[in-house]
Amino acid sequence: MPANFSWIRPEPWGIHVVPADCWIDPAREVPHALVTHGHADHARGGHGQTVATPATLAIMELRYNTREGAVPVEYGETIRLPGGVDATYLPAGHVLGSAQILLEHAGERVIVTGDYKRRHDPTCPPFQVTPCDIFITEATFGLPVFTHPPIEGEMAKLLQRLADQPDRCVLVGAYALGKAQRVIAELRRAGHDRPVFLHGALERMCRLYEDWGIDLGELRLVSDAKKDEMHGAVVMAPPSALNDRWSRRLPDPVTSMASGWMMVRQRARQRGVELPLIISDHADWPELIATIQEVNPQESWITHGREEALLRWCELHQRKARALALVGYDEDEDD
Amino acid sequence: MEEFAALIDSLVYTTSRNAKLQLVADYLRRTPDPDRGWALAALTEGLDFPAVKSSTIRNLLHDRVDPVLWTLSRDFVGDTAETASLLWPQPHMPPAPPPTVSEAVALLAEMTRATVSVKLAQLLDRLDADGRYALLKMATGAMRVGVSARLAKTAFAQAFDVSVEEVEEYWHAIPAPYTALFDWAANGAAPPDTAALPLFRPFMLAHPLEELEVDLLDYVAEWKWDGIRVQLAHAGGETRLYSRGGEDITGTFPEMAEALTIPAVLDGELLVRGAHQGGEEGGAASFNALQQRLGRKVVSAKMLAEAPAFVRLYDVLQLDGEDLRERPWTERRAALEALLPRLPADRFDISAVIAANHFAHLATIREGTRDDAIEGVMLKKRDSPYVAGRRTGLWYKWKRDPLLVDCVLMYAQRGSGRRASFYSDYTFGCWDGDPDEGAELLPVGKAYSGFTDEELKKLDKHVRQHTVKRFGPVRETDRSLVFEVAFDSIHVSKRHKSGLAMRFPRIHRIRWDKPVHEADRIAALQALVRD
Repeated sequence: MPANFSWIRPEPWGIHVVPADCWIDPAREVPHALVTHGHADHARGGHGQTVATPATLAIMELRYNTREGAVPVEYGETIRLPGGVDATYLPAGHVLGSAQILLEHAGERVIVTGDYKRRHDPTCPPFQVTPCDIFITEATFGLPVFTHPPIEGEMAKLLQRLADQPDRCVLVGAYALGKAQRVIAELRRAGHDRPVFLHGALERMCRLYEDWGIDLGELRLVSDAKKDEMHGAVVMAPPSALNDRWSRRLPDPVTSMASGWMMVRQRARQRGVELPLIISDHADWPELIATIQEVNPQESWITHGREEALLRWCELHQRKARALALVGYDEDEDD
Repeated sequence: MEEFAALIDSLVYTTSRNAKLQLVADYLRRTPDPDRGWALAALTEGLDFPAVKSSTIRNLLHDRVDPVLWTLSRDFVGDTAETASLLWPQPHMPPAPPPTVSEAVALLAEMTRATVSVKLAQLLDRLDADGRYALLKMATGAMRVGVSARLAKTAFAQAFDVSVEEVEEYWHAIPAPYTALFDWAANGAAPPDTAALPLFRPFMLAHPLEELEVDLLDYVAEWKWDGIRVQLAHAGGETRLYSRGGEDITGTFPEMAEALTIPAVLDGELLVRGAHQGGEEGGAASFNALQQRLGRKVVSAKMLAEAPAFVRLYDVLQLDGEDLRERPWTERRAALEALLPRLPADRFDISAVIAANHFAHLATIREGTRDDAIEGVMLKKRDSPYVAGRRTGLWYKWKRDPLLVDCVLMYAQRGSGRRASFYSDYTFGCWDGDPDEGAELLPVGKAYSGFTDEELKKLDKHVRQHTVKRFGPVRETDRSLVFEVAFDSIHVSKRHKSGLAMRFPRIHRIRWDKPVHEADRIAALQALVRD
């Protein structure tokens, strides 16, 4: 009889589901891929077959311009893979379409979370706690210094700045997939009904979100706007555009950035951010811990991020855990 | 404390000097005494709470947070106070409302080594994360918000529309919380009487000469000595020694405090006696010898005997109750030369004027000097008054060209503060023989400057991609990159395996193109030692 869980094997470029010869979020092209969500470090193009949620597949199509080999799976739906492996996609609460993947084989249950958070997000369904034997969790913000504040306070900070400096605009740097749309949706929830201006690189993803039923209110392109129309407005751009020449067309922008890294002053300072907004699409430290406690697996495998600290926490709380060294999942400064 | 914490936070996120001035000036105007004075003292690092140290904070957190989690967090954040402010277990109900700045200062000042762990914890319990950050920064005396003492004084001057030079002068006459200073600036009270006090007067500073040439009819040339620039002030029967930043270092060099008994304010270079290296003027040891004495609070008799200090005088600002700063350099120089016989000869000499006929002649003399106690040449306009700060066209410094060697990057360490996420401190080495015959690299120095932000990004990437081993915040690299390292001098040192220590090493150029086996050998560096 094979050793327990020998059918699931972490390799440097992804997690290998051996009996099905499938790879989860592989960092290289493979014949069969299971993809958790659309961020580029998880969803690479060029696989023979890609199993993902319909929204994730739509995002990948937008990115890679092809639907070849796309196999859609709805949340809660189970598909049978070769070798007697069942895969069920469950909401992860990270971005539109993001999923945890529950794998079942020979009576053993393994969950690969991909990226996730536990906070409310108007753009995607919440993380679903599901029992399993092995819980393969991300740990992007796996340090006890990360306790992200409630998003309402961060939105209030942003709106206050608009009111205080009506002759300027606030330029918010936000990751093009997920963060940008969540910030806009939260602005709407907070009652901000003025047009939000977009950097061109964000337009298509925002339209895709709208196609999936997420109301983002009136959106306009910076390239179509006159400078004085943007006084007192929110302008969204990818983080790379913050200190770019592009921003010269804006009326005296207050440089802002929506990211979980903004908790650390020097990080914000490095990016020349004047108005840090601590908004994360990843679980913070208390969420990571609460999730491990609620899921209560036999063993936790910790990946991409700060494995050491979460590993230490597991050790202190007599929980079995190990760190996986996967390549390609960089500490994403923009995320 | 909330207002002060908010000011600190705004300053962290503000890069423009004018915006910083505005923030500090607004705070000073709207905040009552004595809070604003204590805040100003905190910004200018004028507070000292001996019971609170970085190690105190660490110990406090070790009692509350697992040490491994603490270390991992501290390494990531790059700052002890910030890490502690984030990891502090906040009580559900604070035991008391947040303290005012004045109350916090009073409580911090009362703390002793015996009480600090309890009292500081109580204070932290009353604050939120931003408040804890501001408090811990204030308590350990390094705000690091990009506000220099000079900028704070400028903001003060701007807040109340007074001149910054006056602020500088009165500053040292009044202890924190500077109530009399606010009274004078904000309420028009009489300025404090400074005549009977041995106060610091702002230094006159020089611009680098760069490509400029000056006419020696208008400018006089002097050696720039390689010690530390100091000011000696005697008034009201008391003598004080100040460093370039206005820090009182009298206690470190007690022999100098005893040596001046004439009411005067003198500007010069502090050096120590040692091996004969002072050229014709003699008697000065290399900077290495002086360094042994810097930063000491207690000076042993042995040290005083082995490395006695003296001051090589450059200028006189005040003499026998008269302010000479408005007079031209030529007059001040005459007064200085006339003063010299009245001063003890073992403690004072005068920096000689270089006899050069014209600029090209001076260039030759500068090139020719191999004296380690000389850092370069100063050019001073003959008719210039002694003015605070760096005024264009009056004084120039013309440093000696640095020494250059090619070294190989061996280790890189994460920086701190703004560079917390970058591998920005580099240890480099040279070959102990022929690299083609299996020679090894031995570390010869460490540098963290001399490159642009763009280059830093590239270097950081290089380090991450070429790591072979990790030791906490340090990475060992695969030794594939050559730095051209510039330094002012090199000395024999027992501290390093190579037996050498560089002075002021900095990255001069990054030689992406150069093969590592072409880097310099230890023997080449040994040939540059002049101890």
